Amino acid sequence: MSLHAQDDPELRAAQEARLREVWKPPQGLFLRWTDTNNDRVGVWYTLTAFGFMLFAGVLALIMRTQLAVPDNDLVSANSFNQLFTLHGSMMMFLFAVPMFEAVSILILPQLLGARDLPFPRLSAFGYWSFLLGGVFVAGSIFFNEAPDGGWFMYPPLTTRTDLSGLGADIWMLGLSFIEVSSVAAAVELIVGVLKCRPPGMRLNLMPLYAWYILVVAVMILFAFPPLIAGDLLFEMERLLNWPFFDSSRGGDPLLWQHLFWIFGHPEVYIIFLPSIALFAMLVPTFARRHLLGYPWIVLAAVGTAFLSFGLWVHHMFTTGLPKISLAFFSAASEAVVIPTGVQIFVFIATLWAGRVTWSTPLLYATGSLAIFVIGGLTGVMVAVAPFDWQAHDTYFVVAHLHYVLIGGTLMPLFAGLYYYWPLITGKKLSDRLGRIAFWMLFAGANITFFPMHFSGLEGMPRRVFTYPAELGIGGLNLVSTLGAYLFAAGVAVVCLDLALSPRRRPGARNPWGAGTLEWLEDPADDAHWGVRCVPLISSRYPIWDQKDFVKKVDEGRFFLPDAEEGRRETIITTVLDARPLSVVRLGTPSFKPMLTAVALGGVFILTTFHLYWAALVCAFATLFMVLWWLWTGTAEIPEKECKPIGHGMKLPLYISGAAAPGWWAMFITMMADATAFSGLVFGYYFFWTRHADFPPEGMDAAPGAFWPMVALAVALVSWALTVAARQLNAAGAVGVARAALAAGAAFSAYGVYAGLAGPWLSGMDPEAHVYPAIVWTLAVWTAAHSGVAVIMQGYALARSIAGRMTPKYDADVRNITVYMHFFALTALVTYATIGLFPGVS
Amino acid sequence: MRQAAVSVGLLAFLSGCNRHQSALATFGAEAEGIRTITIALVVGAVFIIAIMVGIYWRAVRAPEGQLTHKQGMRLVLWLGGIGPTILLTVILIFALPAMRPRVTAPGDLTIHVEGEQFWWRVGYERPGGGVLVAANEVRVPVGRTVAFELTGRDVIHSFWIPGLAGKMDMIPGRTNSLVARADKPGRYRGVCTEFCGLSHALMAFDVIAMEPAAFYAWLADQSRPAAGARQGQGAQLFAANGCGGCHAIRGTEHDARIGPDLSRYGDRLTLGAGILPPTIERTADFIRAPQDAKPGVRMPAYPQLSHQEARAIAVYLKGLK
Repeated sequence: MSLHAQDDPELRAAQEARLREVWKPPQGLFLRWTDTNNDRVGVWYTLTAFGFMLFAGVLALIMRTQLAVPDNDLVSANSFNQLFTLHGSMMMFLFAVPMFEAVSILILPQLLGARDLPFPRLSAFGYWSFLLGGVFVAGSIFFNEAPDGGWFMYPPLTTRTDLSGLGADIWMLGLSFIEVSSVAAAVELIVGVLKCRPPGMRLNLMPLYAWYILVVAVMILFAFPPLIAGDLLFEMERLLNWPFFDSSRGGDPLLWQHLFWIFGHPEVYIIFLPSIALFAMLVPTFARRHLLGYPWIVLAAVGTAFLSFGLWVHHMFTTGLPKISLAFFSAASEAVVIPTGVQIFVFIATLWAGRVTWSTPLLYATGSLAIFVIGGLTGVMVAVAPFDWQAHDTYFVVAHLHYVLIGGTLMPLFAGLYYYWPLITGKKLSDRLGRIAFWMLFAGANITFFPMHFSGLEGMPRRVFTYPAELGIGGLNLVSTLGAYLFAAGVAVVCLDLALSPRRRPGARNPWGAGTLEWLEDPADDAHWGVRCVPLISSRYPIWDQKDFVKKVDEGRFFLPDAEEGRRETIITTVLDARPLSVVRLGTPSFKPMLTAVALGGVFILTTFHLYWAALVCAFATLFMVLWWLWTGTAEIPEKECKPIGHGMKLPLYISGAAAPGWWAMFITMMADATAFSGLVFGYYFFWTRHADFPPEGMDAAPGAFWPMVALAVALVSWALTVAARQLNAAGAVGVARAALAAGAAFSAYGVYAGLAGPWLSGMDPEAHVYPAIVWTLAVWTAAHSGVAVIMQGYALARSIAGRMTPKYDADVRNITVYMHFFALTALVTYATIGLFPGVS
Repeated sequence: MRQAAVSVGLLAFLSGCNRHQSALATFGAEAEGIRTITIALVVGAVFIIAIMVGIYWRAVRAPEGQLTHKQGMRLVLWLGGIGPTILLTVILIFALPAMRPRVTAPGDLTIHVEGEQFWWRVGYERPGGGVLVAANEVRVPVGRTVAFELTGRDVIHSFWIPGLAGKMDMIPGRTNSLVARADKPGRYRGVCTEFCGLSHALMAFDVIAMEPAAFYAWLADQSRPAAGARQGQGAQLFAANGCGGCHAIRGTEHDARIGPDLSRYGDRLTLGAGILPPTIERTADFIRAPQDAKPGVRMPAYPQLSHQEARAIAVYLKGLK
């Protein structure tokens, strides 16, 4: 199709009709929920996260009412503990993180001029997991069974089954389930940013929002797995009595604190950076110029991410760690101010250099910056260890964190809401209601949280359901409560504004006059194709800078303006310079993601209630669903090798190996898996440093070196066979490759036995002491991975036999080889640790 | 609206000060040092906020192009990068001395405190050897270095006397040390600051800073049994109802170490770990239904005791001076 072909209006109309048909959302009472298109899933996701935010906000209001006056008895201690635990947990896990994922799923494809994200069904799966897990966790409070150990869930309070009930399991398992969906979203977003950019959009032309998404998704990838590892140890202690955190049997409660805060501190930046990203989109729009200092802000974001992983100990300043480490972590915690300062001043300099147009979104952005700066300054205060010894676990910290999160997450999201609402609905929100709400929120936040600095220093600890009148902080608390109601009223005004929106008249396209790609969206058109065609990009603000850009896109004058084969497609490009590589066929609406989420949810939820057999059934159902989903929906062999995408360019319809999104998804998932595994290995060596004798007296012969070395050899053989199968298959020796895969699967199966044989045959009792418990954990983890290797190798073998994998179309074997690389590494570390380390130490 | 809010907040603050449980009203050297740091940090923060507001105000009002690209980058570099770096280095150097723990010498008083749901087991190392066991009250000599050895028996607690020093966690399986020096005699209060279960909010203790001579006299006096430890109806009821199964009273056969030591209950300033006045009535009520005052408390209720009987026990306990 040549360029001038698009001059023909009839051709364009025919193309549009085909695209419309292909991207038509499913209709019907049930079928509409099988949609996977990002514009629908993103909206569900956003609304659900918003709903959880309102719910958690109501919990906070009940708490503030209880604390309005001293010695109040409106709610019992038991209810109050559930309230604050659920408030914090929901705001973190069910609002802040999912909201970032939701908004990103919603607008990232538009920002990148892509039709959709690379794995639309994975987004849908993530959404259904989130909904199910969220309702499970949030709903527990109606049964008086909500978690009540604080959002940090410190053992032993939470691991001792005589001190904590079902709530702790609901927290661990329910939120682990949601963490799975977070990791799924992270995979989706990273691959989306790296592989789905439009031709010409080199990394340094990428919209800043995409940069931030990349940074934050990578942070999720390294921050959540330690928590998942912690959750695993935690539940093993609760359900199986393995003593990881029980000091009487060699465990240590501090291990949980390390694992939790290695997650918990990056978490703060995981929810703060996306808000900065929203600023980075709207500040240039309202300053009417390019953002000043693009490389600086990118470096600052990356720097913040790096630093944030080195700060976790500042949550543990009062746990009696060596004083020298306190000085180090004090310095590191303060250092994070520097990249944050750079980011803030980039915005200020941009506004200064540009021509500021006042608008409601900019008002929210300004207000949130003001609140955030106060939170940041109190953050510097608590980073100073001696000050923290006083402020830690008091209302001063409550004030600090709410300033940070309201200024750094909530208010920026409202700014984003007012900014992007016209993009999603085609209608602007009310400027008047927006401003009224803003002042209520701004005043409410300050009236609520400013007095808390004083109540904290006046001796009010956190997480108290009441306080004595003699403390003299009744007045401060009453003011805080009044402020909370004002704030809530502000949120209600925002909700009212949203509720009135359907009755308002549609507005113009690109109403703010922004320069970035997402504003190509024409709200007057109800098309769901994402973009009319995939543009060629040569500027950071193409709508401002590229001549006739919107017109050219609308007329389909760039790439992929048609859907002649009736398939949903988008363009895959190279990671660094966005050269077109291939056209990828995207997943279409399907009920499989939803059913997989339900099956996986069953595993977590039934385990909570100790219904192990039913949970096992669900586990098999999950496995079946995943295999079915993969078998029918991935690595499909196309009907032709290449297709034209316009401008005389032809792209292949199938790629495998390191250029393909599937390979990247596997690689990224395995990075998360390896990080979780490092959390467990960290546990082993942490206990070693805690004990003068580790392995303890009488246990040093177990598990011995023999079985671990056998298991290691078996794992390495299985790995080598898979690599050989990949090479042989590519070389055309299909029969030998199949034999190698079959042999590999057999070795992997034996590896399950060999891995467990060490601790099993030496009779290690994991309930007796933390040493056998952690050895068993590493062995079970690795054996389970060996079991998954059997499935993977069997899957590739079956695909080959079924003719769905050939020497040319070999994505399956290439992807499982990535898994096997990581598996071999896991086996190496595990078996060297449990088999050889006791002899060395 | 905002002005009104500010004045309400200020009023609440001014009327809110307490003198016995506040990091701002200090009676110890460590807390005083931190208070100085706090004031410096707050002054600095207010200064920075003023600068930021000024710059932002200027930025949004400036006409287009007032700031060139080069000037803008210089602004980012100096105010966003170099300025904070210098400031933070100064803060760190300023705060470093406070991170060094006070040096202890042999002969300094050591006090062992264990946190338990929801009370405090206190042990004073006597100058002559041995440990005096007490509960829910910490006494310290002023002007002397005191080392607290802290641990948690069941779950994690945290030991915080805001007027004396920063807090330190009490972690099962670990012993943390907190060294401090009180400088001003008086009665103060400490609280648990790590969430430890249902009655976390109701886990406090009295702190009494005394002149050293008075302190050591008190310590010597506490070591002898209370005068009326074995006499009266209350003592009989105490024994008959198995109170001695958990509580110890020096000079009697009761030496259990499960619940708080009651040897000198009559001297205590509060009941139930710093939460109630230790009157006879309150004590009797607490014996019959402790969970009413303290949800989740480990002590079993004694509803089978008549009010009279509970009162008799309370009278007996109050007599332990």
